[in-house]
Amino acid sequence: MKFLRRTLAIAAKDLRSEIRGKEAVNASVSFALVILLLFSFAFDLEPAVIREIAGGLLWLIFAFAGTLILNRSFARELVNDCLDALLASPLSGAQLFLGKCIANYVLIVIVECISLPVFVIFYNVVPQRLALLFVVMLLGTWGITVIGTMFSAMTVNLRLRELMLPTLIYPMLIPALIGAIELSRVLITGAPLAESLFWFRVLVAFNVVFTILALALVEIVLVG
Amino acid sequence: MRLKIIVTLSVLAGAILAWNLYRIFLQVPDEASQGAIFRIIYFHVPAAITSFTGFYIGMFAGVGYLLRRDLRFDSIAASINEVSLAFATITICTGSIWGRIIWGIWWTWDARLTSYFVCLLIYFGYFMLRRAIDDPTTRARLSAVLSIFACVDIVLVWKSIEWFRTQHPGPVLEIRGGGGMAPGMESPLWWNFLAFLMLAAALILIRTRQEGMRREIDALRRYANAF
Amino acid sequence: MPGASAISIEGVWKYYGDYPALRDISFNVDAGSCLALLGRNGAGKTTLLRILGGLSKAARGRVSILGKDTRAGGSRQRIGILGHGIGVYEELSAFENLNLFGQLYGLDNPRRTATEWLDRTGLERVRDGLVREFSRGMRQRLAIARCFLHQPSVLLLDEPFTSLDDRAIQVLQDLLKTALSEGRTIILSTHQLREALELATDVALINRGKLAFRGARTWEMLEDPGWLYRHYGEA
Repeated sequence: MKFLRRTLAIAAKDLRSEIRGKEAVNASVSFALVILLLFSFAFDLEPAVIREIAGGLLWLIFAFAGTLILNRSFARELVNDCLDALLASPLSGAQLFLGKCIANYVLIVIVECISLPVFVIFYNVVPQRLALLFVVMLLGTWGITVIGTMFSAMTVNLRLRELMLPTLIYPMLIPALIGAIELSRVLITGAPLAESLFWFRVLVAFNVVFTILALALVEIVLVG
Repeated sequence: MRLKIIVTLSVLAGAILAWNLYRIFLQVPDEASQGAIFRIIYFHVPAAITSFTGFYIGMFAGVGYLLRRDLRFDSIAASINEVSLAFATITICTGSIWGRIIWGIWWTWDARLTSYFVCLLIYFGYFMLRRAIDDPTTRARLSAVLSIFACVDIVLVWKSIEWFRTQHPGPVLEIRGGGGMAPGMESPLWWNFLAFLMLAAALILIRTRQEGMRREIDALRRYANAF
Repeated sequence: MPGASAISIEGVWKYYGDYPALRDISFNVDAGSCLALLGRNGAGKTTLLRILGGLSKAARGRVSILGKDTRAGGSRQRIGILGHGIGVYEELSAFENLNLFGQLYGLDNPRRTATEWLDRTGLERVRDGLVREFSRGMRQRLAIARCFLHQPSVLLLDEPFTSLDDRAIQVLQDLLKTALSEGRTIILSTHQLREALELATDVALINRGKLAFRGARTWEMLEDPGWLYRHYGEA
């Protein structure tokens, strides 16, 4: 299982770096809180309406805050030409990519786990089926992570990288975001789940298709 | 030779369009429920099909680059995608005008229009990426990968927005004016489609040549700067 | 194995767009030899080294290291690279850095090897210090440790003596001499003709992307390092 060992070594390295510095997670959580605050001014609505749009608000926050973490993903390898050192080793592009995805995923989920309770408190929205909501969170976040990490690899050597990453990934993420938003809305408002099973399929299909596509193409992106 | 092809295509396309304009405005009768604006379908639908087809052919050109590593494939891919982007813009503008006349609003989050808008955004990103990369080989490589992601994604985008709209209904731009068009009314549509394809082909040929010249100039500049 | 080709470069071209950065480069490097790769700035030395190290792909031609293509996993196991950047992480400690690369190179006991190399490069006292706090010389020695720790059969060094402090130069020269005596193969690109030529058994000069000279290192070159440039290329 050498594949897994090297992948996990990369994931551990990224997580260790981030836990030491805490720059990206701090920035991401702060950003999430700021957006929550801004939303409170932008959407000053009755509780019933807030429940309806809570799913959308939540995933906007997750998507925006997640980008801060994804931006750093490959950018942190540019310092000291570490990316070259990694690529020169027997590590394959797919292992590097997957390792980084895992690390990014963990970090974004951490930010989400901090933001969700704050959201619940600020907006007085108590989700009925918390366990299922958590499952949706995990599914949707993987979609964001895979696309975001892949595009982080693509834009790593470019100027204006921080501007380009959000512009490139948000349109791509629309199927996953719609799916996650709809499922969250249904779970938060307590509507029947049966009609929304389609969205589970969308999320799973999105995740599977793009994970495979990314693993297949990442070597071309990183090396040539 | 190439110039002759371009001119021939353009002249033919122009002729068909001119003749079609005559037919559309003077021969085809007004549609029952929508009135005169119905005619915009003769531009909206061909533009839509042209751009959509273009994006997918552009993706295959990109794949061609990845397999052959010949920069001419990249020039073709970029040109096709650019022309398709132009036609996608036409699609959205005509759709918007149509909505303004029918519904009185400039925009409606109709499933098709929304999906087209997402397409537009994705390909704006494509060209933004291309502009940010100096090295032509890297640019070709990354653009090709991006267009593969884009074309796979567009399928999912289309399906998910469509389903979203069935659950949250809103105004829909009826392409077929309620159940299919009368027989005589359909042929201008396909003639316009042919004209658009020829126009697109001409534009793509011109653009590809420009890209080739740009590569040459770029190489000469590097020669000059290196020594 | 003396005489066998450790590195084989055949008809390599590399383009930036339509502009050829490397033109039809072909030469071999025997196992156990040390090749000094010379050339002006922009001649193509770094480009060639990157292709040899599997960091980029040649547009045309073949490169094989120890008989295998450079992007094959087994190949990279046996190559050690020292580029312009030090290739170690600022936020990790010296030990963590070496341990990570030990794991990536599939070593049996990465922790022990990491500790060994910290000793060999004189960094044992700062083992748990973050690289961020190291002096320049310490970072360079850590970079050298990273490059050597998996016992590579082939070493590719891009201007390794540039901006090294005296202690680091000493460490590197000792390691390179030991490597040569163990039969490893070295390519080092350089501006510092003197240090490189002392170690080198062979010399190649790249001029404007083309191979201008390829041969054994002679006494004339050592006595008068500029000789090559005057005869075969531009200074």
